[in-house]
Amino acid sequence: MQIKKIKAWWDKANHFAEEAYNAPYRSAIARAKREEDDLFMLLVFSEMMGVPNPASYYTMELQPLLLERFHDWHIRMGMEKSPLDHFKCC
Amino acid sequence: MNAIFVLIAGLGAMALGYVFYSKFIAEKIYRLDANFRTPAHEFEDGVDFVPTNKFVLWGHHFTSVAGAAPIIGPAIAVIWGWVPAFLWVIFGTIFFAGVHDAGAIWASNRNKAKSIGALTGDVVGKRARSLFMIVIFLVLLMVNAVFAVVIAGLLVDFPSAVVPVWGAIFVALIIGQLIYRKYIGLIAVSFIGVLALYGLIGLGPLFPVELADSFMGMAQNTQWILILFLYAAIASLLPVWMLLQPRDYINGLQLFIGLILVYAAVLISGPEMVAPAFNSNVPEGTPSIIPLLFVTIACGAISGFHGLVAGGTTSKQLNKETDARFVGYFGAVGEGSLALAAIIAATAGFATVADWEAVYSAFGQGGVNAFVSGGASIISNGIGLELSLAETLLTVMAVLFAGTTMDTGLRLQRYIFQEWGNIYNINWMQKVLPSTLLAVGACLILAFGAGSGGSGGLLIWPLFGTTNQLLAGLTLLVITVILARLGRNVYFTLIPLVFLLIMTVMALLLQLRTFYAAGDWFLFGLDLVVLVAAIFIALECAATLSRLRTEGSGEKASGEKSADKKD
Repeated sequence: MQIKKIKAWWDKANHFAEEAYNAPYRSAIARAKREEDDLFMLLVFSEMMGVPNPASYYTMELQPLLLERFHDWHIRMGMEKSPLDHFKCC
Repeated sequence: MNAIFVLIAGLGAMALGYVFYSKFIAEKIYRLDANFRTPAHEFEDGVDFVPTNKFVLWGHHFTSVAGAAPIIGPAIAVIWGWVPAFLWVIFGTIFFAGVHDAGAIWASNRNKAKSIGALTGDVVGKRARSLFMIVIFLVLLMVNAVFAVVIAGLLVDFPSAVVPVWGAIFVALIIGQLIYRKYIGLIAVSFIGVLALYGLIGLGPLFPVELADSFMGMAQNTQWILILFLYAAIASLLPVWMLLQPRDYINGLQLFIGLILVYAAVLISGPEMVAPAFNSNVPEGTPSIIPLLFVTIACGAISGFHGLVAGGTTSKQLNKETDARFVGYFGAVGEGSLALAAIIAATAGFATVADWEAVYSAFGQGGVNAFVSGGASIISNGIGLELSLAETLLTVMAVLFAGTTMDTGLRLQRYIFQEWGNIYNINWMQKVLPSTLLAVGACLILAFGAGSGGSGGLLIWPLFGTTNQLLAGLTLLVITVILARLGRNVYFTLIPLVFLLIMTVMALLLQLRTFYAAGDWFLFGLDLVVLVAAIFIALECAATLSRLRTEGSGEKASGEKSADKKD
């Protein structure tokens, strides 16, 4: 019972800390994501027309969001670990 | 007088202000309504508009507004004696800052969480909005320039802080990676981060770092300023999650730890306030206390910067309108308590009056260095920490605050240049690198324009204060106009507004004379720009309020009752 209580307290504290950590920068990261989505759209259409894809360092902004989505994706695809050498998520 | 009494009196007064005055303001003037559907609920998008727990939001608001400024301002202003600084911090927090911050959140909350800049355009007029942009630009410019000079000075005076200050950047970088890559809970990460930081603080005195006395003809200060701007430029270009976010978080934790340490040490050792209560023997060249006190302490008493945070992000996350009282007013109390700690450290941390007078030998000489040496001596006596370790700890605290503000400030300034590039169709200015270089260049000109080697940078401090107070004046004007339109009592915001404008204009005129006499044409020109902005703001205030009065009397004459007045 006591351990359960401590765990509940710990989880709650973690939740509040995460909120405090993310709240100030939530919109900055989301804005970067939107810009990347726009860029991605542009790249997809450019590639269709034969323009080469200029890999951009701006994707670094996306890492917090990409990592989780990429991790979910490779688990979904039945791969226990990331299949890409340069993009390790777990 | 014993510092324990000052501490308890100060905190007690601010607590009473929160319990009684903020309740009155919240219930009778702003009439905060728990049932009002806040923009965080109305426009909830999981990004900008997120209803947030009031304690989390208070932490966010407080750590965003608390920086090096509430330390630097009071630590300079005690040159006139500790009582005037103490009174302005306490009464400024209770009757000015709390009302201003809570009001800014309320005004923004009632207007779809628009920023104070956008509200100025809507409520007062387009001219006022343009003024707002100019004032924000000047404030950012001065903050970046002054903070670079302050950090450089601290790094030269306290070489033991160099390792922890730069090491903290690596700690933040690692924390950023840990959080996003390893999915470790934040409480565990917080412990790791704080332990690593304090480990570095322990290492600092063992490995002091001093730059060469002269490198390519540049003194140590100059070298540090250039390194700092190079760092800030790179930091402002990095993704926010990588450096800025973990750095802000660790700084927030450090702020609480630092405050607890200083206050606990004061309570344990009970040092005497060594500096005179009212200093009648001020060094030659010290400006007059009225009006300079009220602009030297801006943050810590009232600060326009808070309005930007209140309207920019805080109001978008307000869960219940009634939370504005706790988040805004109590946020100001938090900042006031930091300023109080700075006053006590800079006046009670010296052995004799002669020691104190040796540090405060000229206006601007005491400042943050007095806070570090005085505060370290109090901590050392109270908690028994070694003096050099305590000095390193407080230096790191001040430098990290200033450094994070510089990173953010430079990023914001880059955005302003990019926006101007967009407005005036200048393509190259819209790009990231040129706009960053422009921002850095402007700050460097200011840092060095105020004195060779950046040594005269602190001369800009009162100018920063006046510009910041103008920003606060604009926010108070917006709140006052909204209150007037609702037919409510405007005196609780109008009186602080008028007081601020009078003090600011007086201070600018005085400084103008000083800069003219000293032949400092650079600061003279800058002062003139701020003065013109101040006069325009005063005229704008008078015009808007007299227009409102005419409208009000017109309504009365025709027997109409404004729909708003029923609110």
